[in-house]
Amino acid sequence: MIKLRLPGWARLPRQPMLRHLLFGALGALFFYLLSNSLSSFNNFQLGEVAVYAIAIAGLSVLTGVNGQISLGQGAFLAVGAYTIGELEVHQSINLVFQLLIAVAVSAAVGFIIAVPATRLRGPYLAGMTLLLALALPFLSDKYSSFFGGDQGLITLPPDAPGSIDPQKWLTWIQLLCALIVLVLLGNLLSSRFGRSFRAVRDNEVAASLAGVHVARTKVIAFVISAACAGLSGALLVLSTGVVNTGEFPLSLSIYILAGMVLGGAGTLTGAWWGAILVVYLPNQWSQSLANAFHANHLVGANLAVIVFGAVLIIVMLLAPAGVQGGLRWLGHRLVTVSTVTKLGSNISVALQDQPASKQDRGGPDSETAATSVD
Amino acid sequence: MRLFWNITLGGVAEGMIFASVALGLVLIFRATNVINFAQGAMAMLTTFIAFSVFGKGVGYWPAFVVALACGLFLGGLVQLVLIRPVQNKPPLNAVIVTFGLLILLEGLAGAVWGNSNRGFPAAFSQSGLVIGHTAIAFSHFDIFIVVAVLVLVVLVAALFRFTTLGLRMRAAAFAPEAARLLGVKVSWLLTLGWSFAAVAGALAGLLVAPTSVFSPTFMDLILVYAFTAAVIGGLDSPVGAVIGGLVTGLALAYVGGYLGGALEPIGALVMLIVVLMIRPEGLFARPTARRV
Repeated sequence: MIKLRLPGWARLPRQPMLRHLLFGALGALFFYLLSNSLSSFNNFQLGEVAVYAIAIAGLSVLTGVNGQISLGQGAFLAVGAYTIGELEVHQSINLVFQLLIAVAVSAAVGFIIAVPATRLRGPYLAGMTLLLALALPFLSDKYSSFFGGDQGLITLPPDAPGSIDPQKWLTWIQLLCALIVLVLLGNLLSSRFGRSFRAVRDNEVAASLAGVHVARTKVIAFVISAACAGLSGALLVLSTGVVNTGEFPLSLSIYILAGMVLGGAGTLTGAWWGAILVVYLPNQWSQSLANAFHANHLVGANLAVIVFGAVLIIVMLLAPAGVQGGLRWLGHRLVTVSTVTKLGSNISVALQDQPASKQDRGGPDSETAATSVD
Repeated sequence: MRLFWNITLGGVAEGMIFASVALGLVLIFRATNVINFAQGAMAMLTTFIAFSVFGKGVGYWPAFVVALACGLFLGGLVQLVLIRPVQNKPPLNAVIVTFGLLILLEGLAGAVWGNSNRGFPAAFSQSGLVIGHTAIAFSHFDIFIVVAVLVLVVLVAALFRFTTLGLRMRAAAFAPEAARLLGVKVSWLLTLGWSFAAVAGALAGLLVAPTSVFSPTFMDLILVYAFTAAVIGGLDSPVGAVIGGLVTGLALAYVGGYLGGALEPIGALVMLIVVLMIRPEGLFARPTARRV
């Protein structure tokens, strides 16, 4: 594939680690400026976008890169959230340690689910995670003295140093966590682990013949996604201030899945698109949409769920690569078109471009594409 | 001891309901290798349609028939419009589509009928039978549940065993290429399979609704219990689905009866984990070799 020739200083670093750190730093600068210009309520929502981006990115790694699916990410958000709640009730420790413990606990729960489900091909993980999301709220009913019953547990937002607005401080913490997680996941995907995730997705038998431990790889991917969801839940309850089962209905899992599918399964940047939808659609857009069409209150109350269901179906049927896939395709086209006009030679571009763009998309047809061109 | 028998009887009735939903899941999985996570939501929709028809004052049985007919239509429609386009894509796409359908149907039902809990009429009395002088926790309606599901199971078995249509459907499921070469219209039989599975689901919806709260999400737990049942029976065995349904129904009844109803879903999760650890292919599945 022909690349635009940029001068050396303007090119992205070739080391994935440096590249991701650069993106992370740019993102941090962008969000710092953005949060300074926003009101307290908008900062609250910006923080929520960051929180959901973490959960969606984790699911995106599991589904888009490793080819497994979880229908119950909300359950792991609940695990992380309740961990924070319990920690705040029983002792006061540093927020960083609280978050790390929440991540560890949800990763452990993810491990328990993953080990039996990933031994088999098929829909077992999907069914088990769905069951988990439906079952966990009952646990808090049963042991209401520990989990706080219907009222749930109270969480306090972290203290802001100096004269910083507490809401802005919390938003910064949430954004920082999101950027750290995305940089870490980006590095992970360009490492040995990322390659074995993709190998297992594309062909389990071929992957195991190439020396990849298939079951272990699947468990690792699932544990990573559960840990991301746990961190997301932990950060979420810091801003909502209360942990109860009403915060984690099945629809939360569906929102996260729909956000992931819309953003583009397997892309980390796409997680932001999905997170924006998850935050703004149920709270604001659905209401204004319902008002615009003079719909009755029943439609208004269910509109978000209807839209998310429709998003899952329509994106899967028409554009499985999601928004980020569409943007990437558009970017490829723009680059290709500009190089074509530059070189004035259609044929060489067409010949060289074809296998590269197919391989970029990955998937099982990349091998056949490469061989047929050879 | 009476508590034990009452729990057992309740478990049998529950188990028959799980069996009918699990049967629908297995019929679809066997034919198209897709777990239909919308099986419960489709049943919910047909039950709500029956609820509206019943509200017109036409009586129970016309509403019952309308629900089953809607199931037949809805199952075929879903397969034609939503499943066929993802049939040859990675299996995850079908999972996401059926899951999207689950939430879409629940949202639509909530928008039309509201999200509040309602009551659904039962065909027969729901008060416990009296044997001798002791009342037991098994009603005329529970008898109806058991009989209706047994009739369904016998009809499905007869269809597959004794009719040309059933033979064609089995051929289409197990060897689609060969069946196609022999003149079987495979794709239409897959559509028909989804229709039959949706009828089994519609029946389950009508049987569950009077015994629980009736709201757009009332089939969610039934679906995951039926999934547990289907996995226990082995995902591609109809006999296994029925036996798995009974096993799941009984086990959850004992968990609910002795440890508290709130632990039933956790019990199902534990069962699922244990079965997948000990006998991952289920109790009745044929051993399969994976093709490379």
